[in-house]
Amino acid sequence: MHPVRRQRLFIILFIVIFSSIAVLLLAFALRENINLFYPPQKIVAGEAPIGTQIRAGGCVVRGSIKRASNSLKVDFRITDGVVSLPVTYMGILPDLFAEGEATVVSGKLDSVGVFNATEVLAKHDENYMPPEVAEAMAASGETEHQQTCNKI
Amino acid sequence: MGWQWFHRLGSPRWFYEKTSRWMFWLALVTVVLLIVGTVWGLAFAPMDSKQGNSYRIIFIHVPTAFLALAGYYVMAIAGAVGIIWQIKLSYMVMRSAATIGAVLTFIALLTGAVWGKPTWGTWWVWDARITSMLVLFFLYLGVIALQGAYQNGVTANKASAILALVGTVNIPIIYKSVDWWFTLHQPATLKFMGESSIDISMAYPLLVMISGFYCLYAWLMLHWTRAEIVESEQKTVWVRDLLKG
Repeated sequence: MHPVRRQRLFIILFIVIFSSIAVLLLAFALRENINLFYPPQKIVAGEAPIGTQIRAGGCVVRGSIKRASNSLKVDFRITDGVVSLPVTYMGILPDLFAEGEATVVSGKLDSVGVFNATEVLAKHDENYMPPEVAEAMAASGETEHQQTCNKI
Repeated sequence: MGWQWFHRLGSPRWFYEKTSRWMFWLALVTVVLLIVGTVWGLAFAPMDSKQGNSYRIIFIHVPTAFLALAGYYVMAIAGAVGIIWQIKLSYMVMRSAATIGAVLTFIALLTGAVWGKPTWGTWWVWDARITSMLVLFFLYLGVIALQGAYQNGVTANKASAILALVGTVNIPIIYKSVDWWFTLHQPATLKFMGESSIDISMAYPLLVMISGFYCLYAWLMLHWTRAEIVESEQKTVWVRDLLKG
């Protein structure tokens, strides 16, 4: 390779490597802020601020959904497999919201540790299967709430 | 050292004449794959157990998002080759990749939003995956804008190539964002290593669509680059002869 071209190649590698390091350090410094939501563990441990708008995410605990008979109020618990957090919400839930499915709720945490949600989003997992397969398949998957909720 | 072949590849005329024969066949393969993939995906693949039919947007969303990422490397590498070897053709490839990549990224964002509304309950959320994808869109637009900001073509090419190279850090971030941070967007369904978490009856049409989009991308790139060649070489004798027919 011609020396001038080799020099240009090194300059390019320098630009790419050092700009990447800069951006990755930035992302590393902001890692907590880049997370869209708090896992229930952190909220229960008191690491989340009380009374400010935050998001929490986890799997809806099976058998925990309780709907009010005279309003749109609904109570449920979300979990990351370690601890669970009580959530209360008034409004219409998305179609994919169900027990044993992942959800991301946004709202405020009150002083007694109940999460008052103003918005509830359903989080879809990465599994795609036809209904027959879903029925036939026994539950299997990882416990991390970023992935499927099957084991929780 | 035998770098002659490389410099010959850099000749716009050689490139134009060489690719003329490929265009028809590439277009044919693209159309066949896209028709087969679309009909298979929309009409014959079973519906999803949770999402019903709305999951079928995956057959557009995943291929366009794939190529928006892969196309960024095409653009950045073409820019690097342009800077190192000062090859005009390489910059033409870079400019074509910027336009096509911007369109693909926009389609991926749009189809994602359309799918997000019925599935998640929202059009848009500022999570790591979606935000970094929006940054990718702005990077593509930035390269296009920077290209137009200079009167001098040589400076414009160099400046936009450097922007393209700096932006490459965003690609692994987009790809790994769903694993590194908590996001609303689900982790990858198709995996390079390990078993994919999509049923085989849905995976086949998806793979057909992905290969169809790869061919479409190749065809669009060649077509755009050839148009760039004709435009920038319009004063040469061979292009004049070509235009006369």
